[in-house]
This record gives sequence, structure tokens and C-alpha cells, in this order.
Amino acid sequence: MPTVSSRLKGHWRQPSVLPGFGLTFGLSLAWLTLIVLIPLATIFLKSAGMGWHDFVAVGFSDRALAAYRLSFGTAAAAGLVNAVFGLLVAWVLVRYAFPGKQVVSALVDLPFALPTAVAGIALTALYAPTGWIGQYLDPLGIKVAFTPLGIIVALVFIGLPFVVRSVEPVLADLGKEVEEASATLGASRFQTFTRVIFPAIGPALLTGFALAFARGVGEYGSVIFISGNMPGKTEIAPLLIVTQLEQYAYDGATAIATVMMLASFAILLLINWLQAASRGRAGA
Amino acid sequence: MNRTRSTTENRLTQASLIAAALAFLAFFLLLPLIAVFSEALEQGFGAFADAVNNPDALAAIRLTLLIAMISVPLNIVFGIAASWAITKFSFPGKSLLITLIDLPFSVSPVVSGLIFVLLFGAHGLLGPWLAEHDVKIIFAVPGIVLATVFITFPFVARELIPLMMEQGKDDEEAAVSLGANGWQTFWHVTLPNIRWGLLYGVLLCNARAMGEFGAVSVVSGHIRGETNTMPLHVEILYNEYDFVGAFAVASLLALLALVTLVARSVLEWRFDLHHEGARH
Repeated sequence: MPTVSSRLKGHWRQPSVLPGFGLTFGLSLAWLTLIVLIPLATIFLKSAGMGWHDFVAVGFSDRALAAYRLSFGTAAAAGLVNAVFGLLVAWVLVRYAFPGKQVVSALVDLPFALPTAVAGIALTALYAPTGWIGQYLDPLGIKVAFTPLGIIVALVFIGLPFVVRSVEPVLADLGKEVEEASATLGASRFQTFTRVIFPAIGPALLTGFALAFARGVGEYGSVIFISGNMPGKTEIAPLLIVTQLEQYAYDGATAIATVMMLASFAILLLINWLQAASRGRAGA
Repeated sequence: MNRTRSTTENRLTQASLIAAALAFLAFFLLLPLIAVFSEALEQGFGAFADAVNNPDALAAIRLTLLIAMISVPLNIVFGIAASWAITKFSFPGKSLLITLIDLPFSVSPVVSGLIFVLLFGAHGLLGPWLAEHDVKIIFAVPGIVLATVFITFPFVARELIPLMMEQGKDDEEAAVSLGANGWQTFWHVTLPNIRWGLLYGVLLCNARAMGEFGAVSVVSGHIRGETNTMPLHVEILYNEYDFVGAFAVASLLALLALVTLVARSVLEWRFDLHHEGARH
């Protein structure tokens, strides 16, 4: 809390002996405003200038609605796959010892480091009907590349580290005492997992899912190669924005981007709320 | 590792869980990585070398390096300034500032490019004024730099804020009370404490700056030899069915990713060492 004298002098921050607040805070705020806030505001400004009727006509056209359904649906499906396997990977990395664990742990971050376009063409090479994996799936009637399933595969690749890195620290911090207590009280290992461990890591798992989901909804580079890009069928929302831009349909691109951004911000708020809730739980 | 039988799984369950996790990772992460190198070298090393040693490919490599050399230092300065303000002082609205710094993470790369087209493009807000003064931003290098800086904006700050928060400000306060000025305090006290975290943030920032596709694709205009970065060049070659060429350039980017991952592991090891040392 600011002291009385600092309030009298008009200081809005707590006084400190360290120098550089004005410089660093001013620089951060100026850079943030110039690079992030003003450019992002342009989108809302342009949307507001369109008028509600025009905005709905292009932002919620049949083609746009199909793209939202596809983007949000595949991102949710990939998020669920990652929630299951991300938890498994995090569990194995935290709890068990096996040779090459260091390498495996480093590999988990590959999707953060590998450019999305590289991931996109590599996955397409694997899952195309003649590809390494696709040639075995094709006779079974399973088509991955150029279908929504291919989009899910790409988004599983992109989203995995979000879940693993969200769950890992919480799992590592989980005290052995609660598990011992649970076992002492007669719970089986499976009961201990479902009743004790799972509730404790639930918020972190949900955060990881939300992060992977949010990333998946906006993902572009890894998806466009494998998706086939058929309007209404395998055309994701970010691709529709690019298509609109290439046709100089700036209003259409802006309206779709606005809808997607509002959805992303809603997800971001949800993540923050989840994190606050899980912190409150941990502190209790 | 002295878990009793009641708080761990039997060996068979352990082995099958490990096998399932490794199989999943092999399928979804390792195989794509192998595919990149295998496709790049499919027609031998000569074809690979020719694809990389092509004027358009070399121009793309040069442009990618230039973009990273401009945008990474800008984000280092911003990241350090923001972390200093956030971790060394208390002021209202701090958590809002942290949320705003994270904002670019939750925006689609395509939208990140679009906002700069709407601002500086021919039909954008400032388009007519820029055309009048003969300044080209969109479909030129400045636009690519802007989009890259936007995309990589949170990387360094995100790495430094938790680290500097944990380290507190006692060291800096001691230095200042002993008569050091701000720069001396930062240079001799803070920087040595945060160097590994900073380096890790810079590595991630650099990997993303060199590899960014969606945002750059929207603002670049795909002019061969001029505004094509490496990821965009990969796309063009791939769409022209020049798969060896596409995967050859892609394999250079995959190498960059591998170097980043190895450096990360090494840094994590150094970090642990550093923390251990600090405790004694």
C-alpha cells in the first residue's frame, strides 16, 4: 500500500529504492501499444465501421459458419486426444525411470520449435494415400490426408506440448503423502488415481486442453497442406481469411477475424479463470 | 525412488504405460521429423545440395536471417524492460499488463498478419498516406518484420518474468544501497542472474521468428528472391511439386529446431546447476 506521503506526492506505485521504473515501464507500455494494441484495435475499428447487417452477412455466411464449425470442432477433438495422451506422457515422464528419458522429454517440445509449414508438409508426406503411414490406412478405407481427420492429426502434433508442460509440474509437486493416505485407507491404485490424483491435476489438465484448443483454432501452417482446403468441407477459418484477402474482400476477412478473435479472448479469459481457480485450490 | 508398492504401479502396468507413451510420441513427433530428412535426401545428397544452393533458396535464407536479426534484438530489449518494470516494482494494473503481453499467443497467426494489412496495406488506414510518401510496408521487408515482432512479442518477457519474480529484488537493492547506479546494477547483478533464462527465451524467440509462416505469409506478397522467407519458400516449392527442394529447405529449418531443443536441454541442465550453486 502506498504511504501517505507518496500519495500526497501523487505516486501511484509503491516507492522503491531501485531506479529505472519510468524508463522500463514507459518503454514496455509504448512498445506494447505500438506493436500489439493499436494494430489489434484496427480490426475492431474496421468491424465497427461495417455496420451490423454487413458484418453478419460476411462474418456468419454459410461458408464462414462451416469454417468455424470445422476449426472449433477439429481443435476440440485434437485437444481431447492430447488431454489423454498428454497426461499419459506427463505421467510417464514424471513417475517412471527409463533409458532415454532426457531425449524423450526434449522431443516433447519439438512442436514448439519446428516451423509449422515444415510440420505440415512432413505430416502430409506421411498420411497421403501413398505416404509411409497412408499406404497402410488407404486399403482399410481410412483416409487421413485431405479430410478433417488430417486436420485433427496436424492439431494433435501442434497441441501436445501444451498439455504435457501444463500437467508435468503439478504432477511432480503432488505430495506422496496423499497417495499413501489413500492407500492406507484401503483404496486400490486405480481408486487412488481417479479419486485423489486426477482431481488434483484436473485444473492443470483443463488449462493444457484450453491452451491446445486455442492454438488449434487459429493454427494455419501445419493444417493447410494436409487439409485439402475444400470450401465448406476442409476449409479452416484462418484459411478462409487468407482466401478473402487474396480476393481483396477486406470486409469479409475482417469480420471472420473478429469472430475468431472474440472467441479466442473468451478462451483466454477462461484459461485465466481456471488458473486462478487452481491456484486458489492449491493455496487452500 | 523408494515408493512403496501401494503408491506405485506394478512393473507390467509401468512397462505398458511407458510403451504406449513412447509409441504415441514416435508416431506423432519422431516420424514427421524423420520424414523431413528422408524426403530431403531421397534423391541423394547432390540433389539436396542443388536445392539449397539455388539463388531463390539462398535469397530466402538471407531474408530469414535478416528478419531474425532485426526482430529478436527488439524483443530482447522489450522483454528485459517489461520484466524489470513488472518484477522490481509494485503498481496497480500489473496483472493486466502481463495479460496484454501474452495477447499475441492467443491470436491466430493469420489474424496477426491481417491487422498489419488493415493498417498499412493499399486499402488500409494509413495506406494512402504511405503511398503518397512512397513508403512500402506491406509486401515488403518492414511488414514481415512487424508481423514477426508481433508474433514473437511475448517470448523473452514470458521466460524472464517468472525467473526474476522468484529471484526477488534483494540483490539489486543491496547493489543500489552500496552506491551502484541503475545500469551498473543491471549489468553486474541482474544480468548474471538471468543470463540462462534470457538465452533460453532468445532461442525460442529466434526459432519462432525464423519459422513463422501464417502471419508472414499474409504480409509478404510471396515475391521470389525478394519477400520470400524460408517457410514461404518451402510452401512455393511444395505447391510446384518440387518435393526434394521443399524438403531440403524444410530440413534446414528442422535442423534449427533440433539445435534449439538440444540447447534447451543443455540450458535446463545448467539452470539446475546454477540453482544448486546458489543454495550453498
